[in-house]
Amino acid sequence: MATRPQTLYEKIWASHVVERRDDGTCLIYIDRHLVHEVTSPQAFEGLRVAGRRVRRPDLTLAVPDHNLPTTARVDAAGVPLPIADPESAQQLDALRRNTTEFGIDYIDATAVQQGIVHVVGPELGFTLPGSTLVCGDSHTSAHGALGALAFGIGTSEVEHVLATQTLLLSQSKTMEVRVDGTLGFGVSPKDVILAIVGRLGAAGGTGHVIEYTGDVIRAMSIEGRLTVANMSIEAGARAGLVAPDETTFAYIKGRPMAPSGEAWERALAWWRTLPSDAAATYDKTVVLQASDIAPGLTWGTSPEDVVPITGHVPDPMSFADPAKQAAARKSLDYMGLTPGTAMQDVAIQHVFIGSCTNSRIEDLRAAAAIANGRRVADGVRALVVPGSGLVKRQAEAEGLDRIFTGAGFEWREPGCSMCLAMNPDKVPPGERCASTSNRNFVGRQGPGARTHLVSPAMAAAAAVTGRLSDVRDLMGQEL
Amino acid sequence: MNPVSTVSGRAYPWGAKNVDTDVIIPAHWLKTITRTGLGRGAFETVRAQPDNVFDDPRYAGAPILIAGDNFGCGSSREHAAWALADMGIAAVIAPSFSDIFSGNAFKNGIIAVVLPQDAIDRLIEVARTDSVTIDLESMTVTTPFQDRFVFELDAFRRQCLIEGLDEVGLTLARDTAISKFEEAVAEHRPFLERESGYAGIAVEGVGRT
Ligand code: SF4
Repeated sequence: MATRPQTLYEKIWASHVVERRDDGTCLIYIDRHLVHEVTSPQAFEGLRVAGRRVRRPDLTLAVPDHNLPTTARVDAAGVPLPIADPESAQQLDALRRNTTEFGIDYIDATAVQQGIVHVVGPELGFTLPGSTLVCGDSHTSAHGALGALAFGIGTSEVEHVLATQTLLLSQSKTMEVRVDGTLGFGVSPKDVILAIVGRLGAAGGTGHVIEYTGDVIRAMSIEGRLTVANMSIEAGARAGLVAPDETTFAYIKGRPMAPSGEAWERALAWWRTLPSDAAATYDKTVVLQASDIAPGLTWGTSPEDVVPITGHVPDPMSFADPAKQAAARKSLDYMGLTPGTAMQDVAIQHVFIGSCTNSRIEDLRAAAAIANGRRVADGVRALVVPGSGLVKRQAEAEGLDRIFTGAGFEWREPGCSMCLAMNPDKVPPGERCASTSNRNFVGRQGPGARTHLVSPAMAAAAAVTGRLSDVRDLMGQEL
Repeated sequence: MNPVSTVSGRAYPWGAKNVDTDVIIPAHWLKTITRTGLGRGAFETVRAQPDNVFDDPRYAGAPILIAGDNFGCGSSREHAAWALADMGIAAVIAPSFSDIFSGNAFKNGIIAVVLPQDAIDRLIEVARTDSVTIDLESMTVTTPFQDRFVFELDAFRRQCLIEGLDEVGLTLARDTAISKFEEAVAEHRPFLERESGYAGIAVEGVGRT
């Protein structure tokens, strides 16, 4: 059947339609389902009450991350340590029991493969190009970096996928976000996505699936693409995609859950047909020039509140929209910032290097390069939390842990940690954190906590200077 | 889900506008692992005030809640619908609802009835002394005083509520189509199947600090 030119999104969508309903919504098949402890207990409860089973436990993978403390998990004798917070312990325990009861693969908190769901999926080869992947977590969009159509779902939908391996969905619009050129000195993938979210606005992608294209994205490693796709949701998009290419295939090959042998060859042949056709059109296209992107950070309480590090705290009156003016005033009040202050004059008390946005090996290498031979500034508490046990092991093999601990950073066990205040790692009220995570919402890192989203290198720079700093000033210079 | 075609009984004559999900169920209740039991936390901050409508013995156990504009705004937490269901509320009547809340309410068998403000005002007056009836067959809200307000509801949702069909049940009824799709995947994209689990991974990490 001759078809009109299609985008990557349209190809994945079309190949997953089980049934189309009269009203245009489609029953979409889900190839991969990641489960964690926070959004799944009531879904399993629903199955139990209705006497239903999990349709495809083999396509489902569970791993705890949100609630886990990032301190040692086992004692000197290797015996698992108890979780102090009874409610966290209960959720973690429920995940273990539910996955046993329903026959789902479960990675225990003490396993080396444990980590943040969105780090674990790509790392184990669970995430594949052209697949549909869901998880009860909004940053599921990260997996789009490998060319998977991946998005977050609510608890009812988790239950729906567990029981039926499908979801009832309506097709999204498409948006191309193209980044042309070559990134400048000291500019990282995090700076690229901050610039994109700043440009689109927190609701700019609403109703759309973004496809990231252009030289900058092509040149990026999978780690970098994961950082970019991760924050698609912060621009309001349903999902973010990067077309699979040789970089993608090289990354996936040989991972434990990825196809191998003849299956690999067949997979590769199909994956090569996935990139958007040359003549395909998007509902919307936005173009950014790499030369316009500097190391950036957020000043407010929405991820769209982005400035370059060389910039200043904006005056709320500088926004055209009265609603944005009011929001900015409220943000600045919460953030304890005065308009006109140079961002580099803002002192911080906490640094968090971690989260599903920036906790992979390249992120840790970038941060370690800045930390190397320096000291965490007095009065600053700096946490490095690897995204998974495998990342941690790799980093330790490279000696990054010793660089960090030698510089006064804390080296932790994998988990969501200070990205959200659900486990013991929190920023105290009124204190300020340079964080590599993805959300600077009010209270996200703890009640009253003030968050500035930055890249791993920028976070390390803030740690050693004690204030928000331009990482370029610390790069390539001997101390 | 239990089939529901009528809800009849006392109604909380509340009428508050912009009731957000934090008011319905405060965040500190979210670490639960069940859908039940959240009724204890429902409207916790409202109940902390004296003479609140929820602790008024006249309305104890009322199956209907009457509220103002934009009910259920805020976060997407489904706990809000679970909390209402757990406190015995089967229907909420308001001039408007947040989209996400009405979706969540529906998924949990709660009827979200949209009526204009003047109808709400009248129902609040009646509810102070008498019962209110919501009928899904005739799509009306009636009172013992000949009041009759007609409302609209998505045909699909209405059918689901009346027949007690939940979305999972409806999709499971499409089992043949899903199985057919799975067979096609097994044939054309076998690499998407995961051949086996990877039993043993869970024990490997013991000993890691
Ligand atoms: S690291 Fe943060 S954003 Fe990522 S899954 Fe955990 S809580 Fe969500």
